[in-house]
Amino acid sequence: MTQRLAISHPYDKFLRTDRMPHIWCPGCGLGAILSAYIRALQIANIEPRNAVMVSGIGCAGRAAGYVKLDSFHTTHGRAIPFAIGLKVANPSLNITVFSGDGDLFAIGGNHIIHAARRNVDMTVICVNNFNYGMTGGQLGPTTPLDAYSTTSPYGNVEHPFNLPDVCASAGAVYVARWTSLHVRRLTESIAEALQKKGFSFIEVLSPCPTAFGRRNKFREGIDMMRYFKEHTIIRNGTHPKDVDIKLGEDIIIGKFLDIEAKETLCETLSRVREKAARRLKYA
Amino acid sequence: MVSESYPFYKEMEEKRSVLTGSHFISGNEAFAEGAIAAGCRFFGGYPITPSSEIAEHMSRRLPEVNGIFLQMEDELGSIAAVLGASWGGLKSMTATSGPGFSLMQENIGLGIITETPCVIANVQRGGPSTGLPTLVGQGDVMQARWGSHGPYETIAISPNSPQECFDMAIKAFNLAETYRLPVIVLMDESVGHMTEKVIIPPKEKIKTVYRKKPRVPPEKFLPYKPDKDLVPPMPTAGDGYYIHVTGLTHDERGYPVIDAETQERLIQRLIDKIKVNAHKIIDYETYRIKDADTIVVSYGISSRPSLGAVKKARKLGLKIGFIRLKTIWPFPEDFFRKISENVKHFFVVEINNGQIVREVERCTAKHSETHFIGKLGGTVHTPEEILDKIMEVVG
Repeated sequence: MTQRLAISHPYDKFLRTDRMPHIWCPGCGLGAILSAYIRALQIANIEPRNAVMVSGIGCAGRAAGYVKLDSFHTTHGRAIPFAIGLKVANPSLNITVFSGDGDLFAIGGNHIIHAARRNVDMTVICVNNFNYGMTGGQLGPTTPLDAYSTTSPYGNVEHPFNLPDVCASAGAVYVARWTSLHVRRLTESIAEALQKKGFSFIEVLSPCPTAFGRRNKFREGIDMMRYFKEHTIIRNGTHPKDVDIKLGEDIIIGKFLDIEAKETLCETLSRVREKAARRLKYA
Repeated sequence: MVSESYPFYKEMEEKRSVLTGSHFISGNEAFAEGAIAAGCRFFGGYPITPSSEIAEHMSRRLPEVNGIFLQMEDELGSIAAVLGASWGGLKSMTATSGPGFSLMQENIGLGIITETPCVIANVQRGGPSTGLPTLVGQGDVMQARWGSHGPYETIAISPNSPQECFDMAIKAFNLAETYRLPVIVLMDESVGHMTEKVIIPPKEKIKTVYRKKPRVPPEKFLPYKPDKDLVPPMPTAGDGYYIHVTGLTHDERGYPVIDAETQERLIQRLIDKIKVNAHKIIDYETYRIKDADTIVVSYGISSRPSLGAVKKARKLGLKIGFIRLKTIWPFPEDFFRKISENVKHFFVVEINNGQIVREVERCTAKHSETHFIGKLGGTVHTPEEILDKIMEVVG
């Protein structure tokens, strides 16, 4: 006879428990990262009915389907513009785009830089597993040079993006990088980002033993976690241009940017309405 | 609807949403005014000839009615933002032309499967590719029908004057909100840029529709359980219904279920909600078809010289009539089947290499012969060239 080992979990009320078990592989970091988001919602004291998750396509994109919030699983690469429409339609919503590196920086790359430029008040959590996991482990814009994937059998010929640098230079007001090992710091960072006015970006490095790890000497999830433990250096305030990732070498993590917010898109939009009202003598 | 609604915004919105009176404006401007009168409060778009005047007009007018104009980074972002704003509770639209319409196709599919009301104005130009940016075309009729992948039904309507651009903008929003899908308005460069008198009626004469909201509390609500009209009520993000909305095939809870049975149930309903309501959606206009053995069929700008040709042919003694499609999709199949019983010849006039002509022929082949009078884009038919083609066959 099977026995239920746990009857409830403190996060159950934030999850669609009727959709469990989730589809993520053993050793994947997504579960820990999603837990960090849920805990961060509580720390930041965000009313669940105002919290919205928008995802694109891919393993990380499935997160929207597991949270008991208003949640949108959109098309590949388009989570950010969808979220922008939602945010300007209802500025009281606290919107998080939770998606993967390929979704946000390859097919959706154009949107993330423009969302940062506009300083849309939202949080982007980018789970970087160095490859396209769901489609079987192809190379992506974050795959390290010379790393193996199903479409780089001789090693990747391309240089990867430095995600924090891309976002910082495009105009983000909060930029951080953590790993799925650094759960506590990640949670605090997400809570900060959720409360930060403006465009916040958090990159979270995550093991993908099924697709990326086993081709790149990180056979098990634990191997990548060990690498994160032994080779990450927390250095808050490092200039984002200095945080390139070279696989096998030390990785700099931390909060790189947390600047005084410039006007957000919703603020500039409301200024435009005021101008129209003044012109028509309604204000 | 927008959270920072100071009282003076409400008053301004009230006064500025319907500019009642007689105006001398272009089709593009008329469409924008119609959209605002219909309650559109979000526009997300990317400039493209010959539709840009819609965006420009909206950028000036939307702030006056407490609405939001956003110029996005491309058409992929435009349509995605439109869908997002719709789930945020605003009536939403975009405007584009051929190349942009091509880029929007994937998310039009997302709008279909997630049942998201919105309006897409496609001011058609000559194609394919960059084609004829400043010149007329009607080559996107089949793309409007089948442009996104997979099986689905859709609604597309086509105005032939600035006045109708205004009227059909309202109709497009009402259809989108009633049936919960992206409604496509097939305008064309000529109709978009021609300037004519447009009468904007008083606000109380304009009927507008807003989507059905849930009538049961969140714990009893199934977001994709349809009412009898096959359309489910739609909550807005932030209402406390904790909805999950996905482009994956989903069950009535909105949860992804990847199997043939769920696919069959969901997609068949999405198809049926248009098919069973087709008689309420379809609209066309006829001229002297009662005794006609020959009928000319057209839509959009091509309908204007077509009607001219028919009137000339009548004067020459031909028993000829005219049908103008105002609704392009769903195609009025039953109507064409029925009238074809007494008609020998159908002539279809359109600026492409044969799109609606296929539909006409499909529905009338049993009794009638169908002839095509096409042009590949760049210019509109003259009544004389249409008449010549008709006379070649029946003269």
